[in-house]
Amino acid sequence: MSLQLLFDALALGGIYAIAALGIALIFGVMRLVNFAHGQFIACAVFALIVPSTDALAVLGLGRLPAPVLIPLILALGAGLAVAAEALVFRLMRNASPVALMVGSFALGVALQNLLLVVYGGRPKAVSLWAELSHPVQIASAEVPLLQLIVIVTVAMILAALAIMLRHTRLGLEMRAAAEDFTMARMLGVRANRVISGAFALSGAMAAVVALVLVAQTGVADVRMGGQIMLVAFIATVVGGMGSLSGAVAAGLAIGAASAFLQAGLPADARPFRDAFLYGGVILVLLIRPQGLFAPVGAKPRV
Amino acid sequence: MVLALEQVGVAFGGFRALTDVTLSVAPGQVVGLIGPNGAGKTTCVNVLTGFQRPTHGKVILQGREVSGLAAHEMRRAGVARTFQAGRLFGGLDVLDNLACTGVGLGLRRSVAEHEASALLNWMGMAALESRAAAGLPYTDERRVAIARALMGKPRFLLLDEPAAGMSEAEAADLAALIGRIAAELGVGCLLIEHNVGLVLSVCTQVVVLDGGRIIEKGDREAILGSRAVREAYLGTYAEAA
Repeated sequence: MSLQLLFDALALGGIYAIAALGIALIFGVMRLVNFAHGQFIACAVFALIVPSTDALAVLGLGRLPAPVLIPLILALGAGLAVAAEALVFRLMRNASPVALMVGSFALGVALQNLLLVVYGGRPKAVSLWAELSHPVQIASAEVPLLQLIVIVTVAMILAALAIMLRHTRLGLEMRAAAEDFTMARMLGVRANRVISGAFALSGAMAAVVALVLVAQTGVADVRMGGQIMLVAFIATVVGGMGSLSGAVAAGLAIGAASAFLQAGLPADARPFRDAFLYGGVILVLLIRPQGLFAPVGAKPRV
Repeated sequence: MVLALEQVGVAFGGFRALTDVTLSVAPGQVVGLIGPNGAGKTTCVNVLTGFQRPTHGKVILQGREVSGLAAHEMRRAGVARTFQAGRLFGGLDVLDNLACTGVGLGLRRSVAEHEASALLNWMGMAALESRAAAGLPYTDERRVAIARALMGKPRFLLLDEPAAGMSEAEAADLAALIGRIAAELGVGCLLIEHNVGLVLSVCTQVVVLDGGRIIEKGDREAILGSRAVREAYLGTYAEAA
């Protein structure tokens, strides 16, 4: 296996892992599969450019220097997710998981249409951090600088999240709430703060994915969150609904498998890469329907 | 300075789960609550801990009416409980299970962990600290659930069938633990149990429920000598047979 391929696999898998975490964090505390997550990503992308339906995109916030821009976009993503929780999902706190899921679909459609009204439907070229596509020589591989940054960033996010969950008060409350929300609440765990915290983290992760997608593709498209949301959702199912480490592992695995298939399949079969990929997903779920890392609490107890 | 029910009634639609129930627990006292299945024992605990609002009557804590408080507010006010199915957080280790409760009560995480550690030590379970709650043997799970309920130094502890499924020896250990909780921590305990022997061995005062009403109240001798109690138990045995 070439070093190049390893970097491709890590970078793609890392992004899928961050997207999957965004889904898994909210599912953990609320049993909500947030299908609006893709639109959170799209909103964070469009926040970079000046609102206009013109075909030509003019960078607005996107022109700010990175040390200002990154925290700002992350905060916007977090703010959007927290607002969505406060305005939509808090009112549905006692609704069934299916009703919550439909609610998230509705929110997603509403956000997408809002973007369509403000920015128009045509994909727009956005040049964010173009200098990051510059390749860097690492041993035998030529790796775009962006890919390295993505890999390091993902590793740092995962480490920070692990430390937060293990060593902070909010982290402990989030883990307890993910295990048994009702019980945690009865013990006095601050339900609203835990849920808001999960949404804020999830929204910030959507913003991370958005920045990486824009920098990678150079395009802002109203539909751009949908594809990665689907992969992220599949990763949370394969990883075991409610398991954060499972979501990360499955996101990494799906991204890596995707990169390996792209490189390893014969040229004629390459257009059908996703068919092989999802065939693999089906196989995994046939063998372990509860997912690879189903949390203990989700198993029926005897 | 007691936790008490005053003429409490609970109705679910037309079904009267509790009628005119008056009982009290004082700090350091162990009160037993026994009765056949469906007598209303768990409903009593639910009312005392804010899980169920009484339809009639009052819940009194330290002279103050607390009938309308929610479960976590009662917990903060010093009334803790355990559940029939332990309900630990399976994926968290034992220490975190306790610390989480401390944090829920408003402690800082480090303070909560410190108290959790001390409590586990007091109960002789220091070795279990870093074990995942999901893998614990049944009796340990029960004892951890009791430890978790003792976080934040509650003044009252309500135990819902803590000995269910335990052997005689294990139940005797549990009885000793409940005795220590009352004597050494000064916590007032209400013990709901099917194991009448266990109740009579640790409780200074026993309340017998049947059909949602108190049919007898008193010390060990009064309960053993009670005709009403005998009939209630024999009645259910006869129906079962």
